[in-house]
This record gives sequence, C-alpha cells and structure tokens, in this order.
Amino acid sequence: MTRNAFLRRITPQLIILAIVLGLNVLVFPDFFDVEMKNGRLFGNLIDVLNRGAPTALLCLGMTLVIATKGIDLSVGAVMAIAGATAASLVVEGNHWLVAVLGALSVGALCGLWNGFLVAFLRIQPIVATLVLMVAGRGIAQLITEGTILTFLDPGLIHLGAGTVLGVPTPVLIWLTLGLFVAVFVRRTALGMLIEAIGINEASSRLAGINSRVLLVCVYVVSGIGAAIAGVIVAADIQGADANNAGLWLELDAILAVVIGGNSLLGGRFSIVASLLGAMIIQSVNSLILLSGMPPEFNLIIKALLIIAILVIQSPKVGHLLYILRASAPQPHPKQLPPLKENLR
Amino acid sequence: MTDERRPMLQAKGISKFFPGTVALDNVDLTLHGGEIHALLGENGAGKSTLIKCLTGVYRRDSGRVLLQGKEVDPTLTHHSQRLGIGTVYQEVNLLPNLTVAENLYLGRQPMRGPFVDRRRMNTQARDTLRDYGIQIDPAQPLSTYSVAVQQVVAIARAVEMSGKVLILDEPTASLDHEEVQLLFSVIRRLKDRRLAVVFITHFLDQVFDICDSATVLRNGQVVGRVDLATTSRNDVITLMLGRQLAAQVRAPKPKAGGNTLLQIEGLQKTGMLNRFDLSLNEGEVVGLAGLLGSGRTETANLIFGAVKADQGKLTFRGKEIQLRNPRDAVAQGFALCPEDRKTDGIVGELSVRDNIILALQARQGWMRKVRRKKIEAIAEHYVRTLDIRLANLDMPIRLLSGGNQQKALLARWLATDPNFLILDEPTRGIDIGAHAEIIALIGRLQQDGMALLVASSEMEELVAYSNRVIVLRDRTQVKELVGEEITSDNIIRAIAADPQVEAAV
Repeated sequence: MTRNAFLRRITPQLIILAIVLGLNVLVFPDFFDVEMKNGRLFGNLIDVLNRGAPTALLCLGMTLVIATKGIDLSVGAVMAIAGATAASLVVEGNHWLVAVLGALSVGALCGLWNGFLVAFLRIQPIVATLVLMVAGRGIAQLITEGTILTFLDPGLIHLGAGTVLGVPTPVLIWLTLGLFVAVFVRRTALGMLIEAIGINEASSRLAGINSRVLLVCVYVVSGIGAAIAGVIVAADIQGADANNAGLWLELDAILAVVIGGNSLLGGRFSIVASLLGAMIIQSVNSLILLSGMPPEFNLIIKALLIIAILVIQSPKVGHLLYILRASAPQPHPKQLPPLKENLR
Repeated sequence: MTDERRPMLQAKGISKFFPGTVALDNVDLTLHGGEIHALLGENGAGKSTLIKCLTGVYRRDSGRVLLQGKEVDPTLTHHSQRLGIGTVYQEVNLLPNLTVAENLYLGRQPMRGPFVDRRRMNTQARDTLRDYGIQIDPAQPLSTYSVAVQQVVAIARAVEMSGKVLILDEPTASLDHEEVQLLFSVIRRLKDRRLAVVFITHFLDQVFDICDSATVLRNGQVVGRVDLATTSRNDVITLMLGRQLAAQVRAPKPKAGGNTLLQIEGLQKTGMLNRFDLSLNEGEVVGLAGLLGSGRTETANLIFGAVKADQGKLTFRGKEIQLRNPRDAVAQGFALCPEDRKTDGIVGELSVRDNIILALQARQGWMRKVRRKKIEAIAEHYVRTLDIRLANLDMPIRLLSGGNQQKALLARWLATDPNFLILDEPTRGIDIGAHAEIIALIGRLQQDGMALLVASSEMEELVAYSNRVIVLRDRTQVKELVGEEITSDNIIRAIAADPQVEAAV
C-alpha cells in the first residue's frame, strides 16, 4: 500500500478518534495535560493508552483471524488462563521470565487448539472458539485452585504497573508489538495471503496457497496476543482472577476490529486501523468517566458509535464513492507486444 | 400465430450498466401468449441480466416493461411473481426437505382456522400436478423425486402463482433425454394454456424442437429476432457468434514436436473419472471434449491435484511425481485456470495486481515477498500483452468484466512461468472479442513451447487450436482424434456414439 492509500484507509478512524478526544476536552479541559511525577508520566491521555493496552493486544490477533473470515471468542478466557499460569509459576518460585514464557506458551497452545479445530476439522470458527471461551475459565480456575492467586514478584508486576523511561510498560508493549505486527504482515506476503484465503479459500488453494497452515498461524497469533494481555492484567492487579480477568474483552476486541473498518466477512484488513479502534473505545470509556455520566451510558454511546461507523463503511456508500471516483477505461494499444519477455 | 392482440409482455429499450461494462444496451423483447420464445446468446451476452431486470432482481437503468399493455416496475422478485411473471432456474430453488405439496403452496397454504389444512393441500396438489402430466404422492418430501419432477413442481408453483409469463432459465441442463421430453410435454401444455414462455438453453436442438421464435443477444444488444420455423440452424449460430469463429482463427497450427513433458497413466477416481491416459509433448495443445458432466473438469482437477486421485502415475520429464494438492502441482510448474472463475479463480476483493501476483507469491512462500518493483513490472507487462482493460491495478478484480477477469487469471499463471497449463473452459462467459484473443493466446503460448490441456465445450474452438483432441463420455476416455481427423463433426460423432446424447453446440 502506498502512503496515500494507507492514510486514506485510516482517515475515518483518525477523524472519529479526534472527535471523541475533542469531546473529552470539552468535558475535561485539562485532558491533554501530561506531567512527569516521580519519574512517571501522568495524564488522562496516558491513561487511555495504558488502559487500552489489553484490547489493543487482543485486536492484533483478532484482526488477522477476522481477515480469514473467522472469529476468536476465546481470547478473554485465554487471558485468564495465561494470567493464572504466570501467577502460579511465580508463586511456585520460578523466575518471572519463566512465568511469562510459560504463559505465552500456554497462549500459543490455546491458539493451536483453535486453529486445529478450524483448519483441520473444519468447524465453524465461532463454534470452535466458543469451546475454549467456555472451558477456558474452568481451566484457569483449576490452575488458580479456585482462589484469586496473588503474587509479589516485582519483575512480573513491572509488566503491568511499572514504567520504562516514565512510560507505563503496557503502553510500550502494545505499541511495539502493534508496530511490529503491522509492519511484519505487510513486509512479508503474509498479509496478502491471509486476505486471499479470507476472501476466497477455494481460489487461494488452487493458486497454491497453504491455507491450513496460515489459518492455524493466525489463531496462534491471537492466542499469544491474548496471553500477553492476560499477563499484563494480572500483573496490574498483582493477582490472577480466573473469573474476571479479560471478561467480555473478546467483544471489545471484535468491536475494535469492526470500528477499524475491517469486514467481519474477511478480506482486506488494517492492523493500524484496528489499534485506532481500540483507542477509540478506550477514549469513549474515558469520556463517560470524566463527564460524570452514569456508566450505563457507556454501552449506549458505544452502540451509537458503531452504527455511525457502519453507515460510513457500508458497501452501498462505498460503491457510490467508487463510481464517483472511477475513471474511464484507458485506451489500449491495438498491436500486442510479444508475450515472452524476461521478467525475472 | 394467434390473433395478433397486444403482446403479453413487452420490454422496450432496456439498459443496464455495471461498473466498467454495459450489460444491456437498449434491448427490446416481445412475448406473446401461447408462444414459446427462446432467448439465445453466448455466455455473457446478457441473457440472465435481461431476465433479472424483468423479474426485479436488478433495477434496470432505463427502458420500460409493459405487461399486457400496462407499465410495470417490479423491484422485488415477489412483486414480479404477483404481477404474473414466474421464473424457474436451472438449480431447482425449492426446499428439498419439505413435501411436494408444501413446496407448491408455501406461503399460501389452504388454512382451516389457524392451522394448515393438510388434507386439502395434498388433494389440491395432486390435482394440480395431474394437469402437468405427473402423478406422484404430494405428501412425500420433494427430495425423493428426480430432478425432472422437481423441475415440474417448480414450474407448477411458478405458473400457479404467476400465470402470465413463465421464464425457464436453462431448465434442461441437468436432465437426461427422457426427462427433457417430460419437461417439454409440460411446457407444451402451458402453451395451450396461452402462457408466454421464455426458454433459455444452450442446446440448440431443444430450441428448434420446442420454441416458436427467438431473440438473439450478443454483447448486451439484440442482434436479431427470428421466427424459428423459417430460420436455419446455421443462421442462428451465425447470429449468436457474430462471425464464424473457425474461419478467423484457423491459423496453421504449429507442429507439436518437443520432448515428452508429462505422461499420465491410469489416473482415476471412483465416481469422477475412469482410467485416463495421456502423453503430452512440449509445445502441444491437447483438447478435451465432451458434454457437461462427461468428466472434463474432473480430469483437469485430478491432474492438478485439486482433487486427490485414487490411482494413477504421473511422470514429468522422466521422473515420477506425486501431486497431493495444488501446491505440489504449482511447484512442478503446472497451472490450472478453473472452469468456475468466480468461485475457484478470482479473489474478488483483492486488487487486480494482487490477483495477478498470487500464484507466484504462493509458490515463493510468505516469507519471501515479491519485490514491489517486480510486482509492478509483471502486472503491467500482462495488462499490456493480454490487453486487460481496467481503470487501474488497484481496483478489485470482481469489478472487471468476465473476459478481463479471465485474462487476469491467465496472467496469474503465466507469471509463474509454467511448463504445463491446464485451461478449463477458458472462453466461457466472456465476450466475443476476448474470446478470439484468448484463442490467439493459446497459439502464442504453444509457440513458446508450453504444453496445454484445454477442456472446452466449444467444438469450433477445439478444432482451431488442438493438435490432438481427447473425447470423454460418461467419465471415460472414448476417442482420440489426431491431425486431420479433428473436425467438429468427428468430435460430435465421438461424443454422440451413444444415441441418447443431444449434440451440444
């Protein structure tokens, strides 16, 4: 994608984000103030970035999964499992790095399971991942043995509550990973191949694409993303809560992807737009908090927001824009040049 | 034919535009009651678009439709049904798990209070169907009956609901000889009931068998309205094709002289293809002829590994190879342009550029992305050499016309520089200009030393470019024609060795 096309793609999300942030300033004039206190950046904007970290991390994998025409309902439960794994490992006295690696492995394993069900057993993604969504919290409870497993390991806590050069660690983690994934899928051909199998798997298979392996990959990415989010949430509260960690967060992640203008029918996707979507959701949450409105409004405003975005992105509106923009077919040379021409 | 009252249905100046193409250009169609009218044209001529405009599936962009002199403008299919225009498609669009009677009366069941009066519904259904010449138990699920009977039920439903105009869109495509006769007897009864019937088919024999008149479409325009009693078959074909295809591309075929490239021995899969053998040389074009369902597509898919064969030995350049999936085939330098472009070929939402590069990229693996410069070079090269008409390379491929989509798919495979190219119905559903270009392209590829296997239902086409033609019947290789033997007549004779078969044109 050229820079122009990229900017055009994320323009709606940027505009919406700007509007929501503007509303934040209206209800709370000091919204954009950021100050340094005790070596840590403080401010509402930082809060948005920080609180939005779990959703942002989830929507990385979710974007790829949805691009393949799938959906991953299990990410909230995987967060709980990963948090519980990390907590129990440090409580048993392991180094926090071991705990994190353990949690990530468990997340990858969960993704592998989902991917196996979808790619090899051909179970519909919504059903396949529902299995783990339901069972996952049970697994997490088995790991925590039914309690909220608390820990005091400073290394692990740092991931959720600490700062690096004044910036909260979760912010750094999701920005780095988000940038990495967004660039990686476009620098390699992964992005295009994922889009191809999402749009037309039969054609893609006949073109020689290994669709099964790609499908498993996207679910594994989703699982790992969920695991990182789970570790961050657990580290933040210094404990693994099998029942509430990541509860309903899969829906926020899906919403972020949709607000990012990615079609649930699969196909073209933009990671950056999804991340902006996650930030839009968090800004709305912040807006409701700051305005002093009862939190019930949160859901209604979210709903209005989705409707507005869906209208903007509906195919009918898009088709209209295309017709306006489409130019006349180019003139073509009568004489055909020779076919054989070395391209390699 | 009748007291020339006003026509049952009259369409005047219908036009329909799609992005980049004019699907219908000022088309007129007149239907009289008691007349069976054929709508003829090549694939992509605009037949189905016209039908869809008449029945409200599409909104026409201009023109008027008069039903018994009154202007109508159906916007939904059930509007047109209520107005009196019923449609039956090739794929029976009824519910196979419901009973025959339920299908017949769905949405307007006879009621007793709040309940469906089943007994009355079944009796009525039996009586109705008897009028159509079939005696079946309407309380049985529809799926227990043959496709022909299901077609008749679909027709009965359409006629009972609508009753003025009946449109039959390729109703005989999946029927055998007897079943076609059953269907025809039903259609003749409807003619006696003074319905106006539109009959769309690719079988010209059937057209001359049952139809009174015909409108011929080409490239979205009406090129002729003829009375079939006074028109010869050749004239109709000439109208449909515009020019005699064979004459213009009967260029000297290059002699196939290369080394043996691929040897196929005993390729077979139960229910799809009986033993298939072929030895293919470099620079040779082998045609695959046969009727629909004779195993043409299955052969192509089995050779390409799209479907796994039960048995068979493939020797490529003297080495035995195993193809478990298309990826293996692509790795060997095979390529397949599938019959159904939409479902198996294009990736609709992706740009033309991405579609062209897809197979090459898939072969290189996702880690090694084709460099942007090279992508541009390849895409532009093929847009130029294949004369693909598009606004820009970023537009989604689904917006291209059929012929241009086909060319883009050819570009996808040519970009992989294949040794062996399989084309399954390469000219189906594309306009006549692109048609000739693709045939010319086959010749050019052959001269470059590529081996091609081309499955096609168009005899003239096979005659034009094949060095050899293999004829399939009932999923079996029945005849191989070489050199001078390759003529349309010989191919048709080989296909029709079985008396039951109608010659497809």
